[in-house]
Amino acid sequence: MSNQTLIRESRVSRTVVMALMFVLAIYFLLPIYFLIVAATKPQGDLASTNGLAFSHFQLFKNLGTLFSQSNGIFLQWALNSVIYAVLGAVVGTLLSALCGYALAKFTFRGREFLFSVILGGVLVPTTALALPLFLLFSATGIVNTYLAVFLPSIVSPFGVYLARIFAAAAVPEEILESARLDGAGEFRTFFSVAIKLMAPSLVTIFLFQFVAIWNNFFLPMVMLQKESLFPITLGLYEWNGQTSRVPLLQESVITGSLVSIVPVIIVFILLQRFWRTGLAAGSLK
Amino acid sequence: MTDIATRATRVVAATGGRRRLNGGGPRAGTIAAFLIPFFLPFVLFYLVPIGYALWQSFLVVRRTGGQYGTSYTTFGGFEQYVQVFQNNEFWSSIGRIGLFGIVQVPVMLFVALIMALLLDTPLLKIKSFFRITAFMPYAVPGVIAAIMWSFLYSPQLSPLIDLLNGIGLHPDFLGPGAVLWSAANVSTWLWTGYNMLIMFSALQAIPQELYEAAKLDGASNWAIAWKIKVPIIAPSIILTTVFSIIGTLQLYAEPAVLRQISSNISSTFTPNMLAYAVASGNNYQQAAAISVVIALITFVLSFGFMRLTSKRAGL
Repeated sequence: MSNQTLIRESRVSRTVVMALMFVLAIYFLLPIYFLIVAATKPQGDLASTNGLAFSHFQLFKNLGTLFSQSNGIFLQWALNSVIYAVLGAVVGTLLSALCGYALAKFTFRGREFLFSVILGGVLVPTTALALPLFLLFSATGIVNTYLAVFLPSIVSPFGVYLARIFAAAAVPEEILESARLDGAGEFRTFFSVAIKLMAPSLVTIFLFQFVAIWNNFFLPMVMLQKESLFPITLGLYEWNGQTSRVPLLQESVITGSLVSIVPVIIVFILLQRFWRTGLAAGSLK
Repeated sequence: MTDIATRATRVVAATGGRRRLNGGGPRAGTIAAFLIPFFLPFVLFYLVPIGYALWQSFLVVRRTGGQYGTSYTTFGGFEQYVQVFQNNEFWSSIGRIGLFGIVQVPVMLFVALIMALLLDTPLLKIKSFFRITAFMPYAVPGVIAAIMWSFLYSPQLSPLIDLLNGIGLHPDFLGPGAVLWSAANVSTWLWTGYNMLIMFSALQAIPQELYEAAKLDGASNWAIAWKIKVPIIAPSIILTTVFSIIGTLQLYAEPAVLRQISSNISSTFTPNMLAYAVASGNNYQQAAAISVVIALITFVLSFGFMRLTSKRAGL
């Protein structure tokens, strides 16, 4: 009897739990679903048809309009986003790996002090840095160039923090000792031995930094006036601000938003396991 | 014991000669070569701007000879800070963001925690589907998330408003009272899954044996979740809270996008928007002072929260 109530109870809670999770899943998917539907519609149908149902399917025509808008500026923005995010994350990951590895594997005076400075850096609100950086960069003439967005993006204190944890866990002392006995210099040991052992965690660091740069908006907004240097986020923001004067831009804002999030979402799903290792390490104290 | 031992090696290392800082390790020059590639840009693009903002915040621009005289910059002490604290717009932006944070951060983290706990029970099927859908918004830039939601808030385009009208509700997502919560919803949508995954990863790291004894004693899933799991992952919850506090105080992109379609968001809606608006008016010294105050509030709140919770949890 009591066993049966238990089973019934667990069936009830199972249903409640599933229902709750489905409601949350709908919440997370709704805006993306809306965007997909809207991106396939003609501009005129946006206001006149149900936003959650497909009408005239013309995704490809919308894509054509998007990529030819203002002489193909959108493609330029997409390219810029890729340049900022890929290059910035590659360089940033390398710097983080070198520094984190040294903090994990070498003992030297001031090591813990340096590490706590870096940890403090994790807590610094990066938007607070953007305005003073703008002033410094305008004094040096870097403002309104690729470098203005690229240079600050390569610094990731969180990346160093992760690299230190990963290096400590993934690179055994004995391997380093034997490499040293073979006469390999520290850099050779790092680039030929350690970096391979750290490879999965370097992917994690790369991903975190890639997303941080890809999603960044405030820094490029402060630094750039030239449209041809904009990343996608800033470009779409500008277009979105013009839709009241140029209503036809609305469809391109929608299609452009979809185009810019789809590749990243796919990469996300494919590389899921790397996120989890990073987030797990991030929550270690 | 080990502490004394490491201290001893450190003393040996410190007195062991100039060329090598420790026994068999690499030379100081080599170590520096590993560190400098990171620390040089870190100093240039993190520490120098902080110092520069501090310095700027103590300067004032004065004019000689009235409106048409020449202007010059001079040391002004705390004058800029006095102005910040006398600025009503500053206080209302802080008030808004405070209200936002007090409601949005707990709601978001509570939902994230519930999701993480449910994903960690056998009650749930198709877990990876739920995990991925919740985490997906993290891949979406804040600006684009706000653009997406602004379509769902817009009276002309929103299918949500159509649905709600159908059941007799007439929400105005962009109205003066609601727009702050519409912005809060965008943040919640963006970050719940990320925070959930941090907590979930921590839950996964707990060895199963810890629950076995409790299960044998007849403890319910509910009791195990709240009495065993939540206390163990407390450090992750603290971490996500600190990151959320930092994020809230930096809020810019989401309200800036909503401002494009709502007249109820002013150009000084959040402290960060205020700083940018002041800087756009070429008053860099005042903007620097605002930035410094925001950063200080961030530090005080995040460190304060960490101290408070670590004391109470006895960590």
